[in-house]
Amino acid sequence: MRYHLIGVNHRSAPLEVRERLAIPDSRLADACRDLTAHPGIEEGMIISTCNRVEVVTHTSNGSADLRGFLHEHFQLTAEDLDPHLYEFREKDAVRHVFRVAASLDSMVVGEAQILGQVKEAYATARAVGSVRGQLDQLFTRAFAVAKRIRSETAVGSSSVSVASVAVELAKKIFGSLQGKSVFIVGAGKMSELAARHLMAHGCASIFVANRTYDRAIGLAEKFNGQAIKFDDLYENCDRADIVITSTGAPHAIFRREHGEQFLARRKNRPMFFIDIAVPRDVAPEMAKLDGIFAYDIDDLQQAVSTHVADRHHEAELAEAIITSELERFEARLHARDVVPTIVSLQDHLETIRQAEIDRVRGRMGPLTPEQEMAVEALTRGIINKVMHTPITTLKTAAREAEATTVIDVVRRLFNLHEKEKGPASQAKDKEATSKQAESRH
Amino acid sequence: MPLLWLRFALACYFIGLIYAFFALSRTSDLFSRIALHAASLGMVFHFVSLVELFLAGHVVWASVHNGESLLAFFSMTFFMIIYAIYHTTSPGVVVFPIVFFLTFVAAVDEQPVLLTSYVSHNGWLVAHIVLIFTGYAALVLSFGASLLYLLQERRLKAKKPSSLISFLPALEVIDQIGYRSLLLGFPFMTLGLLTGSVLAILVYGHVNFLDPKFSLSVLTWAVYLVMVVTRWNSGWRGRRAAVLATCAFVTAIVAWAANYFSTIHRFAAS
Repeated sequence: MRYHLIGVNHRSAPLEVRERLAIPDSRLADACRDLTAHPGIEEGMIISTCNRVEVVTHTSNGSADLRGFLHEHFQLTAEDLDPHLYEFREKDAVRHVFRVAASLDSMVVGEAQILGQVKEAYATARAVGSVRGQLDQLFTRAFAVAKRIRSETAVGSSSVSVASVAVELAKKIFGSLQGKSVFIVGAGKMSELAARHLMAHGCASIFVANRTYDRAIGLAEKFNGQAIKFDDLYENCDRADIVITSTGAPHAIFRREHGEQFLARRKNRPMFFIDIAVPRDVAPEMAKLDGIFAYDIDDLQQAVSTHVADRHHEAELAEAIITSELERFEARLHARDVVPTIVSLQDHLETIRQAEIDRVRGRMGPLTPEQEMAVEALTRGIINKVMHTPITTLKTAAREAEATTVIDVVRRLFNLHEKEKGPASQAKDKEATSKQAESRH
Repeated sequence: MPLLWLRFALACYFIGLIYAFFALSRTSDLFSRIALHAASLGMVFHFVSLVELFLAGHVVWASVHNGESLLAFFSMTFFMIIYAIYHTTSPGVVVFPIVFFLTFVAAVDEQPVLLTSYVSHNGWLVAHIVLIFTGYAALVLSFGASLLYLLQERRLKAKKPSSLISFLPALEVIDQIGYRSLLLGFPFMTLGLLTGSVLAILVYGHVNFLDPKFSLSVLTWAVYLVMVVTRWNSGWRGRRAAVLATCAFVTAIVAWAANYFSTIHRFAAS
C-alpha cells in the first residue's frame, strides 16, 4: 500500500488559498500528466472542487515529494501553501479517499455532488493514463463504499445542503419567500438545485444569465423563467431579490459599484447573493454595502455547521462503515501481496522435488509404476508438510498489518524471485486471481 | 387606587424588562411566553389604573406622570398589535425597557393637579392627548424596530451560525414593523400637533411659535417627516434609518422635557 495524498480543503485553507489552487476542468488532464511525470510517482489523480484540491498518488517507494509538485505546479512558495496542507499516507490516505467520496469530509456532510465530482476527476485521470491498477482499485472501492453509506445510513437523505441552507438564510432576510424573484448567474448544477429549493419555498419568478446564451435559455425553460443575455446582466440583476452566482470567471463579476447601482434602483431593498463560485463572483467590498447580503461557499459552511450536530449519529454510523471497509480493503491488498509469494514458494519447492526425482531416476534407472506412485506420494507429502506452516503464516499475515514483513522473510528464507515463475505457477496465479475476484463480488 | 394598579402593572412589566435583557443573549420560547403573559396582565392592571383616573371626573391624564403612564400603555398596545400580526415578541427588547421606565416614573407618586386652564375645552384636550400619544407610541415602536433592524443586519452580515437561530424575525419583517409604525404614527402626530395648536388658539388666542414646547414639537414632527420622505423616496433603512429614528426619538424626549420650560404647555405639577 504505497498511497500518498496531499491537499487542502475548506477546513484547512481559506477561500483565498483554494482560489489559487483551483484547477479548471479544461486543465485537469494536463495537470495529471504533469503529476505522473514527477519523480517517484507511479500513478496520480487530482480532485479539484470548490471545497478541495487533493492530489492522490501511488508511489514507487511509499512517498514522493508532493509538496514540491504543488509548489512547482501552482508557483506558490512553501510559506504560502504549506501551513494549509494536510498529508496522508497508506492506510490514512485510503481512509481519507473513502471519506471524501462518501461525502463525510464535505462542507455539507452527505451532499451528493462530491461523488460525481470525484468520479469525473477519476475519469479524466484514467483517460490520460495516470490512473492504472493501484489507484483504479482504490477508487473503484471508494465508489462502492460511498454507495454503501448512502444506502445504509441517512447521511445523504437529510434536506441539509447548500441549497436548503440558502433557503433558510433567504427566509432570515425576506421572511416569506412568496413572490420573490431569483437570478441565476452561470448555469450550473448546484445553482439549479438552489433555485429549485427557492422556487419550492414560494419564489415566483426566475431569471437566468449565462455566457452561453443557449444554456441560459435551456435552464430558464425548465423553470418557466426568463433568459437574460450575459451582457445585460447588470441592467437586469436588480430585478431579483436573490442572486445565485456560480460563474467560472477568474475575477469577481459583482463589484462595489454594481452593488451601489442595484441598491439605488431597488430603493435600498435588500439583495441576497449566494456566491457558490470559486474564485468568488462577489467582491468582498460589495458585500460590505448595507442592504447587500453575500454568502460565499465558506459562509454557507458556517451556516451549515449548526445542522451538523443533527446528523452526528448518522455520520458516526458512516464512519464505522468506513473503518470496516478500510480493513477489508487492506486485507484484500495484503492478500494480493501474499498470493504471488505462496505461488512462487509452491513453484520453488515443486522445482526442487522434480529435480530430485529426476536425479533418482537417473541413478536408479526407470521405475515401475508402483515405485513411481510411491516416490510421487512420498515427495509430495514431505513438501506439503514443509509448506504447511509458511503458507498458514502468510495467510494469517495477510489479514494483519505486518504482511509485508512476513512476505519479505519468507522470500528471503526460500530465496524466491519473481522470475522463478514457470508455466505451472502462472496457471496457479490465474486461479488465485480469479478466486480473489470472486471473493470481491 | 390608580397608583396601586399602576404598581401592579409595573411589577408585571419588570418581567418584560428582564426578558428584554435575556433575549439579547439567548433564545427561550418559554421565557418569551412568560414575558408575553406578564405584559398582558400588566396591561390589564394598567388599563384599570387609567380608567380609574378617567372616572375620577377630570382629565387628570394631563399631568406629566399620567401622560407617561398613558404613553406606556399606548406603546404596549402597539406591541400587542404587532404581536397579533407578526407573532414576534422581539420588539419587546426595545419596547419593554421604555415602557418599564415610563411606568416606573409614573408610579412613583400621584400628581393630582390638572391643566386647569384647558378644562373648558375638554374635547379638544382629549383629542390632542390621544392623538399625540398614539403618535409618540408609534415613534417608540419604529425606533425599536430600526434598532432591531440594525441588530439583525449585523448578525446576518457577521455570518455567524447563530444568525439562523436568533430570536429576531426576518429582516424584512422588522422593516415592515418599523415602516408601518412610521406610516401609522405620522398622521396621528400631525393631527395631534394641529389639535394642540387649535387648543392653544382657543385658550390664548394665538400660537406662540417661539415657545420651546411648540418649536421642539414641530422639530420632532419635521424629523418624523424626513423619516417618512426618505423612506418613501429612497427606501432608507438600516443604519441611516436608525440614525434618523434615534434623532426623532431624542427630539421627542427633548420636546417632552420642554414641558418644564414651556409657558403655554405647563402642567400644573411641574
